Amino acid sequence: MILDLKKLKLRSVNEKLQNIDRKKNKRDFVVSNPEGNHAICAGLTENIDVTIKGHVGYYCAGMNQNANIIVDGNVGTGVAENMMSGKVHVKGNASQSAGATAHGGTLIIDGDASSRCGISMKGVDIIVKGSVGHMSAFMAQSGNLVVCGDAGEALGDSLYETNIYVKGKVKSLGADCEEKKMNKQHKTKLKELLKKAGSNIKPEQFKRYGSARKLYNFNIDNVSNY
Amino acid sequence: MCGIVGIYLKSKKFEKSLGRMLSKMLISMESRGPDSAGFAIYNKNKNKIYKYSICLNEVSFEKFRKEIKKKIIFTKLDKNSDHIILKSTEKPSKIIPILESFKGISLVGYGKSIEIFKQVGKPSNVVKKFDLDNFSGTHAIGHTRMATESAITTDGSHPYSTGEDECLVHNGSLSNHNNLRRKLKKNGSKFNSDNDTEVAAGYISDSLKDRNLKQTLKKGLSDLGGFYTFIAGTHSGFAVLRDEIACKPAVIAETKDYVAISSEFQAMAHLPNVNNAKIFEPEPGIVYSWGR
Repeated sequence: MILDLKKLKLRSVNEKLQNIDRKKNKRDFVVSNPEGNHAICAGLTENIDVTIKGHVGYYCAGMNQNANIIVDGNVGTGVAENMMSGKVHVKGNASQSAGATAHGGTLIIDGDASSRCGISMKGVDIIVKGSVGHMSAFMAQSGNLVVCGDAGEALGDSLYETNIYVKGKVKSLGADCEEKKMNKQHKTKLKELLKKAGSNIKPEQFKRYGSARKLYNFNIDNVSNY
Repeated sequence: MCGIVGIYLKSKKFEKSLGRMLSKMLISMESRGPDSAGFAIYNKNKNKIYKYSICLNEVSFEKFRKEIKKKIIFTKLDKNSDHIILKSTEKPSKIIPILESFKGISLVGYGKSIEIFKQVGKPSNVVKKFDLDNFSGTHAIGHTRMATESAITTDGSHPYSTGEDECLVHNGSLSNHNNLRRKLKKNGSKFNSDNDTEVAAGYISDSLKDRNLKQTLKKGLSDLGGFYTFIAGTHSGFAVLRDEIACKPAVIAETKDYVAISSEFQAMAHLPNVNNAKIFEPEPGIVYSWGR
């Protein structure tokens, strides 16, 4: 079913996708002429396939549950923010805060993601085939961030327990983020993630970064600073 | 918030439709800036005529015409809503003090190729009022404002022009504009409002005396505090700069015919052939410029 945003209002398109008639079993949708609109495919809950043909604005596929969403173009700020489950695949580039606070599911970005990719992520798997900008995985709590290109400044600043895998150069690490040993279980997991994104790069080419866990508790030596 | 837009034409193909392209961009940025809107449009100019963009505010056109006739030899007065483009071959050093001493009006910009129009109200109303659709030119910059730190007035609207053929639009807020205004005033700069962007425009004009636009903006990275995405225009083109934190958005679309920039992609969705354009975000702290 084709939903043309030149003919239909954004709100009616989203309402349609949010209220799928289970009896009719229509599970394939195409959204055409997105023209940079915001919040396209936000709040979907059913296991449906949606392809968006073109560039979209902010918060595309936000809060996604179960749906499989493909964006055939670039996305604006906060794609798949707070996603719970399902899959979002961006074929172009992503703007800042991609996958912000997402709890689960998979976010694949074929191009680059700009700053703050995976900020405060809480369990999502993010695979970026290009590079990520500064402050990526800032305060990230859980899940995996895979970067096949380079990472910008202050990667993983104030990190909790997210695993970050970077193949290229890291401009600088943020506070409390350090390089970690890549064990067998990490390689297996990384291989699985790369496979999900259709990439056959070898896990051995990546470096793993994680939390040094020095900010978890207050260090009494710093008391005079407060 | 605020919305910023700009188009630089690489070829002559779209020169006649520049106004129409910009007007659609401004209207689609209304949600980012419903308080006021403005635009600067550049045309090639080979002769010696200077154009002074004037907002009449409450002054009537007849009164202005009568009084200014006694003081300035001008070749033409083009009225467009409450704005006037005064054309004269006389030097700016002579004309500007006269216009500045004229009570009630605002001189919003001057130069050989620039024309500036800005007014309070919804962008869709502002572009209609000035009939932007029928403008042509080589490049143009526009702004829709959501006022945060100074009043909603014509003087508080963007673009700001503080030098010949120069203009600036800004999305963001500056933290050190009061200090900088004091410093620039000591160097002889003049300001018409309490607005932070006007200070950045003044800073750029002051710095352009010894540097080119690219060098000026690069220096601005260390002198201007706060958040910003700037588009700075000159007679030859424009430059774009985002601060190093880069929380104010910008996206650029480049084709063989034009370069367009806006706060959000939706402002560019109607541009010709945009779906085949090279689309990218300007990286933080890097100056991008286009010019002829």
